[in-house]
Amino acid sequence: MPILEGKELRIVGFLCNWCSYGGADTAGVGRFKQPTDLRVIKVPCSGRIDPLFIVKTLMSGADGVLVSGCHPRDCHYTEGNFYARRRLEMLKRFLPIMGIDAKRFEYTWVSASEGQRWQEVVTKFTEQIHELGPAPKIAGADAEETLKLMEAAL
Amino acid sequence: MQNLKDLKEQIRKALPELDVVIGWTGGYDPLHATPHFIRRDEDIDKLQVNALCVHNLATYLPALRGKKVGIVVKGCDSRSVVELLQENLIDRAGVTIFGFGCNGVVDQTKIRRIVGDVGNIDSCEISGSDVTVSASGAEHKLPLGDVLADKCATCRYPNAVLSDHFAGEEVTTTATFEDGYKDVVEFEEKPVEEKFGFWLKEMDRCIRCYACRNACPLCVCRDHCVAQSRDPHWLSQEAHVRDKWMFQVIHAYHLAGRCTECGECQRACPVDIPILLFKKKMNKEIKEVFDYEAGIDPEATPPLMTFKTEEDKIRERKW
Repeated sequence: MPILEGKELRIVGFLCNWCSYGGADTAGVGRFKQPTDLRVIKVPCSGRIDPLFIVKTLMSGADGVLVSGCHPRDCHYTEGNFYARRRLEMLKRFLPIMGIDAKRFEYTWVSASEGQRWQEVVTKFTEQIHELGPAPKIAGADAEETLKLMEAAL
Repeated sequence: MQNLKDLKEQIRKALPELDVVIGWTGGYDPLHATPHFIRRDEDIDKLQVNALCVHNLATYLPALRGKKVGIVVKGCDSRSVVELLQENLIDRAGVTIFGFGCNGVVDQTKIRRIVGDVGNIDSCEISGSDVTVSASGAEHKLPLGDVLADKCATCRYPNAVLSDHFAGEEVTTTATFEDGYKDVVEFEEKPVEEKFGFWLKEMDRCIRCYACRNACPLCVCRDHCVAQSRDPHWLSQEAHVRDKWMFQVIHAYHLAGRCTECGECQRACPVDIPILLFKKKMNKEIKEVFDYEAGIDPEATPPLMTFKTEEDKIRERKW
């Protein structure tokens, strides 16, 4: 059994290739202390993120999702994060009606040089998720159940 | 509708120029109307316009692009037509819109709940304020207000918002935006766990027939729908509540800022899942953040297809 069993929750982070991923890297290079709950998925731009990725992640058993991109006006593709901002804001407002706490999802902007800020964001978000505790699960929606189903089908 | 005569006259005049005019006619029993494709003069006499004409005929328009099509629309249907025009899915020159002022349509589910067995309907009479249904030998007199669709009780656009021909007089309404969203606000106030449980239970009934998708005038991907695509593989073939629920969220999200709330998805649902709630919630937030309503102005751009450098109402979190 992993030693962190019960101490960690499943948090997925979608990070933009140009800013936030670099920012997280800067934080790593700077040896800033960070919680280990976050699993990072690198995307080309925050505009690449379909809000449904986040819904799918949450419905598949994640306890929290963090999206981070370049600051508005700093997008590598000029306007990707402007579209992202509108979509993600709508998602944040939509989640409560599904019965998912809106605090389980946050979006923010971190630039490549902001290692310190990344540390802050990820620490605070992880704390926020730990306060909420594990998300309600849809039976059969987590990895173990799916594996069982797949084994049964084979 | 007392203006049926005017409407028929307008259609009769326009028909020689058109390939087809889509309206409604009597269905397989007196309680149901069915879409009616008018191609010849004698078809016009079969046209029926009353509270049973629930179908949103705008659903047919994208597939008929390139033809000269006439369409009979209620207020809510006309908004779907406007939205289709706005997204360049149909051509303005190819559509002739016959609008009228609508006094509301019935919700067949509500009638079924009151009357019980509707398998054998003998007759259905609609007067100004009552619906009289005789089924299996018994007669039921129902006040029209009790069986009207929910959307009609708080309708803000009873008249066609865009039309080439308008039959009869305009209907007046006093409903406000807030009136239409009381149910959403009420549902929102429930605790999160309760809402989560509610959807798990509701979505479990879904049989994945996709009637909601096919009835939706703005679900235009059809053959390329993500529900059936394996690349990307958004949904598995499993009949699991997770996949059904996910599909409804996909549907709601693909309609964000576009849905005109005609309610066809929920009407078409054979197991009565309240899926309109998702779309209404999205529209409520769109209105709040972008002050935008879909299907009013053919020249507007849906809010999620554009942006402002400085958003008026979006405040990001300061960490």
